Amino acid sequence: MDILILSIVILLYFLIIGYVGYVAWKGTKTSEDYMVAGRKTHPYIMALSYGATFISTAAIVGFGGIAGQFGMGILWLVFLNIIVGIFIAFVLFGKRTRKMGHNMGSLTFPEFLGRRFNSKFIQYFAGLIIFFAMPLYASVVLIGAARFIETTINIDFNLALLIMAIIVAGYVVLGGIKGVMYTDALQGSIMFLGMLFLLVTTYYLLGGVTNANQSLTNLAPLVPAQVSAVGGTGWTSFPVLGSPWWWTLVSTIILGVGIGVLAQPQLAVRFMTVKSNRELNRAVLVGGLFIFIMTGTAYIVGSLSNVYFFQQTGQIAVQVVEGNIDRIIPLFINQAMQEWFTYIFMLTLLSAAMSTLSSQFHVQGTSIGRDVYETILSKAGDRSVLITRIGILFSVTIALGLGYLLPGSIIALGTSLFFGICAAAFLSVFVCGLFWKRTTRAGAIAGMFAGTITSLFWLFFIYKKTAASLGISQALTGQDILLTSMPWPVVDPIVVAVPLAFVVTIVVSLFSKPPEPQYLDKCFEGV
Amino acid sequence: MEVLGIPDPWVWGAYILCILAVIICVIYGIINWNKGGEDEEEQ
Repeated sequence: MDILILSIVILLYFLIIGYVGYVAWKGTKTSEDYMVAGRKTHPYIMALSYGATFISTAAIVGFGGIAGQFGMGILWLVFLNIIVGIFIAFVLFGKRTRKMGHNMGSLTFPEFLGRRFNSKFIQYFAGLIIFFAMPLYASVVLIGAARFIETTINIDFNLALLIMAIIVAGYVVLGGIKGVMYTDALQGSIMFLGMLFLLVTTYYLLGGVTNANQSLTNLAPLVPAQVSAVGGTGWTSFPVLGSPWWWTLVSTIILGVGIGVLAQPQLAVRFMTVKSNRELNRAVLVGGLFIFIMTGTAYIVGSLSNVYFFQQTGQIAVQVVEGNIDRIIPLFINQAMQEWFTYIFMLTLLSAAMSTLSSQFHVQGTSIGRDVYETILSKAGDRSVLITRIGILFSVTIALGLGYLLPGSIIALGTSLFFGICAAAFLSVFVCGLFWKRTTRAGAIAGMFAGTITSLFWLFFIYKKTAASLGISQALTGQDILLTSMPWPVVDPIVVAVPLAFVVTIVVSLFSKPPEPQYLDKCFEGV
Repeated sequence: MEVLGIPDPWVWGAYILCILAVIICVIYGIINWNKGGEDEEEQ
């Protein structure tokens, strides 16, 4: 790795990103510009911005590493990412969110929920959930980028983490969502080309699609004994139905992100930035192709890295990285690809991390500036943009702190947990708010509470991966987990919390006073 | 039955569904390319 060439490539990249951010900053005059880009975003920019925000280093490095461990069964997540994350999200959710958001004049996701149910409490409660939960997701995205920088140019992991955080914070604080979306679109284009090349090269390197997959199938006898014992069967076959390996793959990895995407605040706000449904129709095409190449490549290459490592070292991927699966993709790129591609992939990953981080920080900032400060104190104007900017800097600091503290192999798990918490807290309220006029304010608040509390209780006391490492259950009850009979310790909170939140929202709504028809007419006008 | 070197239908099925999903998105985008602009025209 030639540090001089790499430095020039990265400097050039940052200059271009800086210029695009500056152009956006020049066009940001009002708080509506800062928060929803004046509601006039081009469909290509909106689709790529949505895709680049959705796909981060967590998807490429974290879930690519998971694919190295679990194999191609994770392709079900690619399917859900396209059908749920793009098609259903844009066609069913996006169009209503855009129109209703415009009718209600809402600029953020919590504000959308708050105004739909005419409740300030819902707005700042949702804002606080985002503000306190999002740093977990932001920190694992930071870790993903820092791991690649660490592996590629041999600098200290902690220093790489700090550099990434400072760069992203800079243009989010200045440019608002316009800066975020314009740079996202540029970064999304780089990501698309980088990942497409990686997919083609990997299959070419391993002798073509069928040959490569066949070689991976032939590795099945090498599945580690401890994985076989919990249901793992190989990298081209699904785990044993109902086994712990199956529950982890299906409930945490596939459902956590596959369904959780519908209630992501940083993605839902994108729907409110376009001026008509035509942009959303066009964005389905761009977004579908983008997600297919991004996630499909990460998961297929992650799985196939086992073939490459076995041919080179006689070991499977997990053994080569000594158990830290977050290092599988960085190591594969550095060893299997030509040096010039390592530079390109460096930019691909920087783009993936920066485009997601920028939106995370932007959403955290607006959740504290717009949804908490403005709502509780009933103040608006320039001061809330200042509070938003302070909130962004605070979020960056928290994410950076978590980045230093979190253990290895955390990227995919951290992402799934955040998506799961969002789904538990917001999905029932969001779906009922969009599609069921009979939903009441009491039902929405009860559903949010039920989802959030169930999700947190499950994480702290039942779900073994988190409960055992957090130690809260141990401290309070003397036991690592409260339910020891299978499959509960390996069932993700999303499987329990989301259905419960829906039931509570619907039942409480049916037993409480219906909302006023005039208010509903205003919300649903033209929908 | 083995498809593309993958023996398990739960895995090659997902492989094929991914391709079908992206085809659905592309066809939907093309068919509706010019539809849905009423709000913009009104504006």
